[in-house]
Amino acid sequence: MKFTRARGVGLLGIFIAIVLLFAVNNSLGNKITETSKIQSIWDFTSTIRIPDSAKMKVDIKAPPVAAIELPTMITISLICGALILVGGVLIAKNPERGWVAPYMSSVIAFGFFSILLWAVANNSVDLSDTLSRVVRLGTPIAIGALAGIVCERSGVVNIGIEGMMLTAACFGYAAAAISARMIYGDALPESAAKGVVWLPLIIGILGAILTGGIMAALHAWLSIRFKVDQVISGTVINIMAVGITGFTRTNFLLKFESPLRAGLPQMPLGPLADIPLIGPILFDHKPITYLMILMVIGLNFFLFRTVWGLRTRAIGEHPKAADTVGINVNRMRYRNVIIGGMIAGVAGAWFSLEGSFGFDDGMTNGQGFISLAAMIFGKWNPIGAFGGSLLFSSADALQLKVQAYNFDLPSQFMQMLPYVVTLIVLAGVIGRAKPPAASGKVYEK
Amino acid sequence: MSNEQQAPAETKPTTEPKPSKRRFGWLNEAIVPLLAILTAVLIGAVIVFVSIPSNKLPAFDLSLYGSRSDWFFSTLPERLRVTLSAFTGLFSGAFGDWTNPSSIPVAMSNTLVESTPYILAGLAVAVTFKAGLFNVGAEGQLLMGALGSVAVAAFMPQWFGVASLPTIIHLPAALLAGVIAGGLWGIIPGYLRAKTGAHEVITTIMLNYIALQVMDYLINGVMKDKSATLQRTPFIHENAALPRIISKATDPSLTGGQAYPRLFTTTSSTWDLRIHMGIVLAFLMVGFIWWLMNRTPKGFEIKTVGENPEAARYAGMSITGTVVGAMGLSGALAGLAGTSQVIGLEYNLKAVFSSGLGFDSLAIALLAKSNPIAIVPAALFWGALRTGAGAMQVNTGISINLIQIIQALVIMFIAADQIVRWIYRIKQAEGGKITFNRSWGK
Repeated sequence: MKFTRARGVGLLGIFIAIVLLFAVNNSLGNKITETSKIQSIWDFTSTIRIPDSAKMKVDIKAPPVAAIELPTMITISLICGALILVGGVLIAKNPERGWVAPYMSSVIAFGFFSILLWAVANNSVDLSDTLSRVVRLGTPIAIGALAGIVCERSGVVNIGIEGMMLTAACFGYAAAAISARMIYGDALPESAAKGVVWLPLIIGILGAILTGGIMAALHAWLSIRFKVDQVISGTVINIMAVGITGFTRTNFLLKFESPLRAGLPQMPLGPLADIPLIGPILFDHKPITYLMILMVIGLNFFLFRTVWGLRTRAIGEHPKAADTVGINVNRMRYRNVIIGGMIAGVAGAWFSLEGSFGFDDGMTNGQGFISLAAMIFGKWNPIGAFGGSLLFSSADALQLKVQAYNFDLPSQFMQMLPYVVTLIVLAGVIGRAKPPAASGKVYEK
Repeated sequence: MSNEQQAPAETKPTTEPKPSKRRFGWLNEAIVPLLAILTAVLIGAVIVFVSIPSNKLPAFDLSLYGSRSDWFFSTLPERLRVTLSAFTGLFSGAFGDWTNPSSIPVAMSNTLVESTPYILAGLAVAVTFKAGLFNVGAEGQLLMGALGSVAVAAFMPQWFGVASLPTIIHLPAALLAGVIAGGLWGIIPGYLRAKTGAHEVITTIMLNYIALQVMDYLINGVMKDKSATLQRTPFIHENAALPRIISKATDPSLTGGQAYPRLFTTTSSTWDLRIHMGIVLAFLMVGFIWWLMNRTPKGFEIKTVGENPEAARYAGMSITGTVVGAMGLSGALAGLAGTSQVIGLEYNLKAVFSSGLGFDSLAIALLAKSNPIAIVPAALFWGALRTGAGAMQVNTGISINLIQIIQALVIMFIAADQIVRWIYRIKQAEGGKITFNRSWGK
């Protein structure tokens, strides 16, 4: 029996399921009668929404319209049993293709679901809120992955996305804070203090985009003009980002008083947000999250349906051929890397203007690297990368969600979950992934 | 840079460039790195010059100065003075205040102490560079090494139910534990790279974050010193400590009752130095890696796999074995760096242990062009920069992050040496460029 990828993944899935089963059994074994309630709070008549102001949104817990009670142990056992069964099939049949990624995704997704059930045993959890967090936290990862796709599809590996995001987060926040001060002075006027101060926030986002573009231009300059190894060049970006942002923060941002107090607001999309379950998950978010969804769809269109997309893919797959038909390969690469950096800038703005308001050292926390993993998981395809981002962000969402419960698993294990999942997915899926053929290679005529 | 173009060069039996016949050939090699450093420092100076904290300058006052730019220009001499004092602060922090000779030994020793982990971690990264791998995981491997060694150094007598173990057993055990723990942490990404194609840049970064959480878990859990208010492990046993070279005797009240060894004990505070035997270990490792890389078949294998995996496969070398081995060796060296920090310097493991050593070691390995001998000056430079930065921050209020900017600029100029050559009009030298990228897949 040959050890193949499919068998390895099957083995890993079985291993994870068994460990999970044992852990849950140890923790809840003698309380088998306990149940986990999965509820969805979506009764729109009782949730009072005040648009344009996230802070004033009053959250009134109405009785849930649907509450599913699941017996914790039995459900987890069933899930793990199914995973073990399918893993067994994988080992026995050793399928050539089409099994590894779905199986791995379901191991992770159902694994998370089981951990959630386990954490909320004899308690209840708001499902729509959990899933909405997945989308929210997936936003920077997905945008980062799009940035990676634009670069790599045109043949430039971009390890510096993390650094571009971080710098963009820093200067995006700085742009918002400083412009607010320049426009409004020391304190916001009465009229502006109540609502959302859009102008400085938009300037902030633009600043972040610009910063991302500048960092990317440096990456492009080093790796195209000077033919520096693209991994080294990306590392330069990452290290420089830590230095520049740290320096800016301690020397300027910490001393700077800005009248601006809140970041981008919650923007429920009118009646759409009131659709049961789906509403809160998809249509009750902050602006950059919507932008992310548009960007995923948009990039998918541009990449596969336009001349720009065709050329981009051409210079990433076979630059020589592209050159022969008259495409200026290096100019196109410059342009695309800078576009990629600007996209990464949007992700940076998410960190300092949407996810939270303010800038902290190292606030991107490795998400840029995770978005590269999402890109690989999605096979350099915007929609696929979006799926990968949700997979990774669900680890983060789960980790944040179970903090509220009295849970047996140490918090450090929950916090390492996103990274462990990334590691497993990369190891399990990448062999099947085929990067653009010219990715990482310098083009010389 | 396709493999086809490189292939003819590989048929030659030696891959090392012939030593230059000119005298001072090494100087010729070193000129670009030196100029890179110079340029980076100059840019750093410009940044300081422009961004001096306002409390060090006369305040901007509209009635005194016509405009912001007038204010900027009228403060030029003051700015120049502060910039200079930043760099003299940097220097005296690293090498002592030369007007006051008694400050020199402490400053020098601090620089050496700071450089010790840099030498080891820089070597760790250099080994993977030789194998064509980009190990960003020195940080995590170092943490695991520190954890492994502190586990043995602080708890091993407990496992055997004795009060203490003789030095001849305990010290080597602690060293070995650190090396093995780091090595295993390095083998994971190596194995994943070789077997599944998962790119080591991402996997090692993920493993860094995981190592951080593992450490957090352990020093808040089973390895926590119950009597301490800080999150830290207990002090290690004195028999497991690497001796300091010359220092005052330890004050047992500060070290949990342990009296740590010194080669020479002094009472003078001028000679109360933190320098420990870790630096000797580091130099030994430099020699060992140089020997391994240049005088053994294993080293040749690593270099061949790094430069041309196809040729290596054709020659019957095991790519998997070499990649895993190189990553394991790299992890072991980084683990040793963590070990020497714990059992030579800190004597326990705190929640705040390592700060960005992983990225620093990348810079050092690039600066040294992965040459084991050149790692030493590169690491010393870095150690001096780090030690001096603290003094600079006190003197001028310029953030210590300036060093990180300078560091990134140095890497940039080293990696893109054409920029430096272009600025200083130096001709392109012979020899290959460093190339890692074999993209994401296999």
